Amino acid sequence: MPILRRSRRLAASADETLAGLLQWLLLAVLVVAVLLPLAAILGKALTDADGQFAGFMQISKTLSQPGLLRAMNGSLQVAVLSTLLVVPLAYGYAAALCRVQLPMRGLFRLLALLPLLAPSLLPGISLVYLFGNQGLLKEWLPGGSIYGLTGIVLGEAFYTFPHALMILLTALSVGDARLYEAAGTLGAGRVRQFLTITLPGSRYGVISAALLVFTLTVTDFGVPKIIGGAFPVLAVEAYKQVIGQQNFAQGAVIGLLLLLPAVLSFVLDQGLQRRQQAQLSAKSQPLQALRGWPARLLALGFCSLIGAGLLLMMGTAIAAAFIRQWPYQMTFTLAHFNFDQVDGGGWLAFGNSLRMALATAVLGSSLVFLGAWSSCKLRSARLGGSLLHAIAMLPMAVPGLVLGLGYIFFFNSDANPLHGLYGSMAILVLCTVAHYTTTAHMTARTALTQLDPDFEPVAASLKVPLWLTLWRVTVPACLPAILEIARYFFVSAMTTVSAVIFLYTPDTVLAAVAVLNMDDAGDTAAAAAMATLIVASAAVVCLLFALLSHALLRQHQRWRQAATR
Amino acid sequence: MKPDPAFLLQQSGTADATTRPYLQLRGISKRFGSHTVLNQLDLNVNKGEFVCLLGPSGCGKTTLLRQIAGLDLPDTGQIIMGERDITLLPPARRDYGIVFQSYALFPNLDVAANIAYGLTGRREDKQRRVSELLALIGLDGIASKYPFQLSGGQQQRVALARALATSPSLLLLDEPLSALDARVREHLRREIRSLQQKLGITTIMVTHDQEEALTMADRVVVMNAGCIEQCGSPLEVYRNPATRFVASFVGQGNFLPARALGTDQIRLGEQLLQLPHPHLRGDGQALDVFIRPEDIVLHAQWPATADAVLADVGKTELLGAIYRLHLQVPAWGGASIQADLSHSQLEQLDASPQRRLGVSLKLARCQLFDASGEHACLS
Repeated sequence: MPILRRSRRLAASADETLAGLLQWLLLAVLVVAVLLPLAAILGKALTDADGQFAGFMQISKTLSQPGLLRAMNGSLQVAVLSTLLVVPLAYGYAAALCRVQLPMRGLFRLLALLPLLAPSLLPGISLVYLFGNQGLLKEWLPGGSIYGLTGIVLGEAFYTFPHALMILLTALSVGDARLYEAAGTLGAGRVRQFLTITLPGSRYGVISAALLVFTLTVTDFGVPKIIGGAFPVLAVEAYKQVIGQQNFAQGAVIGLLLLLPAVLSFVLDQGLQRRQQAQLSAKSQPLQALRGWPARLLALGFCSLIGAGLLLMMGTAIAAAFIRQWPYQMTFTLAHFNFDQVDGGGWLAFGNSLRMALATAVLGSSLVFLGAWSSCKLRSARLGGSLLHAIAMLPMAVPGLVLGLGYIFFFNSDANPLHGLYGSMAILVLCTVAHYTTTAHMTARTALTQLDPDFEPVAASLKVPLWLTLWRVTVPACLPAILEIARYFFVSAMTTVSAVIFLYTPDTVLAAVAVLNMDDAGDTAAAAAMATLIVASAAVVCLLFALLSHALLRQHQRWRQAATR
Repeated sequence: MKPDPAFLLQQSGTADATTRPYLQLRGISKRFGSHTVLNQLDLNVNKGEFVCLLGPSGCGKTTLLRQIAGLDLPDTGQIIMGERDITLLPPARRDYGIVFQSYALFPNLDVAANIAYGLTGRREDKQRRVSELLALIGLDGIASKYPFQLSGGQQQRVALARALATSPSLLLLDEPLSALDARVREHLRREIRSLQQKLGITTIMVTHDQEEALTMADRVVVMNAGCIEQCGSPLEVYRNPATRFVASFVGQGNFLPARALGTDQIRLGEQLLQLPHPHLRGDGQALDVFIRPEDIVLHAQWPATADAVLADVGKTELLGAIYRLHLQVPAWGGASIQADLSHSQLEQLDASPQRRLGVSLKLARCQLFDASGEHACLS
């Protein structure tokens, strides 16, 4: 009778052992960069100012403060209004792009994604120039000031529009032409078809987009910081508590509050995506875009209007950077780029940002790709792989502000052997990589799971080590995805402000932080100039990556077309 | 004279195969959750033998191949290859080449690089080896093409060449032909078989296609629900199916209900048949007589031989090379049977519907199955 030996394991070959070690190393990095800071914030919220354990006392004390209640109320108002404004507009824009034969479709798509290149501070600056006390279009704003709720909602609308649009584009780009044909033969008009087919078919996308806009606006602090005036919102409140009053415990509690909507919408969204995938059957017929002139004209008009709005918001700050004294002396100058006259960090900040973004792109894409590879291709390390995947999905639900707070609490403790990182460039890179890991990880996994799962077994049977197959086959086959990940990391690192605001020092100040500080000091023109530099460098890098991947695709087109068939 | 590529690839020691099996599987079990995929499997494979694992999908044949390849670890049991216990060894420390259903050719490498993927050493040696292998699979001119430029059959052969490049002592084939057109498949069956015989390489192939298994294998292993139902030469498996499952899975057949009257006699409907059989109990034991459609004899004249009875002719189906006749036999308890006939046999018979024909069984080809059990009364 053979003995049951369920606990036995296949011996690992040398390369598998090495890959397993690498996986645990990556896992350790993720734990340090994501889990421990989050744990630290929780610990901080449960202790009082002297570091004594206070349980939920601290939390309930903070929550009962009238200032905080006002801030919660304010944040809620901003988030609800922004969501109600952005989602319908983005829906119309996405429908025009996907469902109508729109002239200059590519251009409109590009235009709508432009805000992704700018830090969320930029719309605030533009609004100041347009509707502020010396604003060009001040009369257009009837009865009231742009500083406050109106300004914040408009700014957030600009900042969140492309995020909502991308989700809705995905939701509306798929559809089953047979449903519309059937409805047509049954005598349903356009409006009825929209209400009974299009809208229900894209409802998950709409909910997803609404959740994302809500979370982004609640946790964003760039827009309200610039244009919010005295209007209280949670994100700015957390910043004030920590930076202004050094009240870390209260900051931690607000951080936890900000985590709440993010985690909630993340969980809801995961559930929705699973349902969304089941919608299309293999028999679905691709949609035909509407060709009628009324529909095309309507779509063109709508998109032009939105596009003009986005361009105005983007262009005003850029234009202001080159104008001597808005609105009195509208002559061209480069004087605002001479940052030596103002505080904030100047060209050092811009140089720092470029270096930080470059390091984030290189480090982030290699770490994330290796992590995704080890989580889905390592036969011998299933447990580590699932752990890695689970932790890599987490940062999506953590607002930058919260992550930054967590970093202070975790790394600024003397007991931490990694204390030396505090105040260095390395911590900014680590924090930014962690902040944007989820999207990058998902991109890498999508590319990796499209490869034949039998590549590794074949290589193993030929006694070729794992890393050689990774280098000779996996990386070349995934190169477009890797480039996309690097580009994403670079642009995000250039524009991010929420996490790094807590972590920079005078030596490691970043461009986006400089925009904030210059604006704070009243040097709005210099802030506009710095924001322009960020947009320009992000745009140049996007262009470079586009050219690179185009060249790569042309060179490899022959086998790539067939491989992804 | 150019040396025969097959000669260059010849495995050493194929001739002096010992009596000891080259690959031994002992008590292999594998469960996924509560589902038992492999149940206490034993199998021996001799050196140079071509073994087919045949069975319906979900029978565990691919899982068994993955255990041999080291892509999975069996919960219990031992795998011994040559002198070595390889049960716990990772794939890289076993010695086999494998061809998957998808071929898994590296899309970014050309044919030569794909074939040379597992080769080490000097560049010239690799090049020489690649040319040898390309000559062997009969595809000389395609070294610099990419996989997507090849037809399915060509890709399949390149994958085979890649698996053979390092001269492994065992070749594993996982449904290697199932993604191909019927004609290409037939051609490649012969080609793989003759290549295997030339090289004398021990080969295990997984397939769900019985024709493939019967035409290619030295030995067919029929699997069902994680167990080996029968293990034998193609002819044995076809002629003497060991179990009811094998009888119905491989080829076509008729099951006719009967009863045992003595140790050498059974009653089929109203007819008594002399079928000497050591396991018959003779107490009225319920049986099924199993007979292939081609082993049913139809008689042009009536009265015919003494053992013939009358059957009503039903539908006639043309299957190409043969006809299949559907008959009903009142004397056999009204049993419906199918009989296969050649075109010329059918012309002699004039088997139009509503006619009656004499029918009898080739007794030597009859197989008896206990009505309540799975297994044959034979063996």
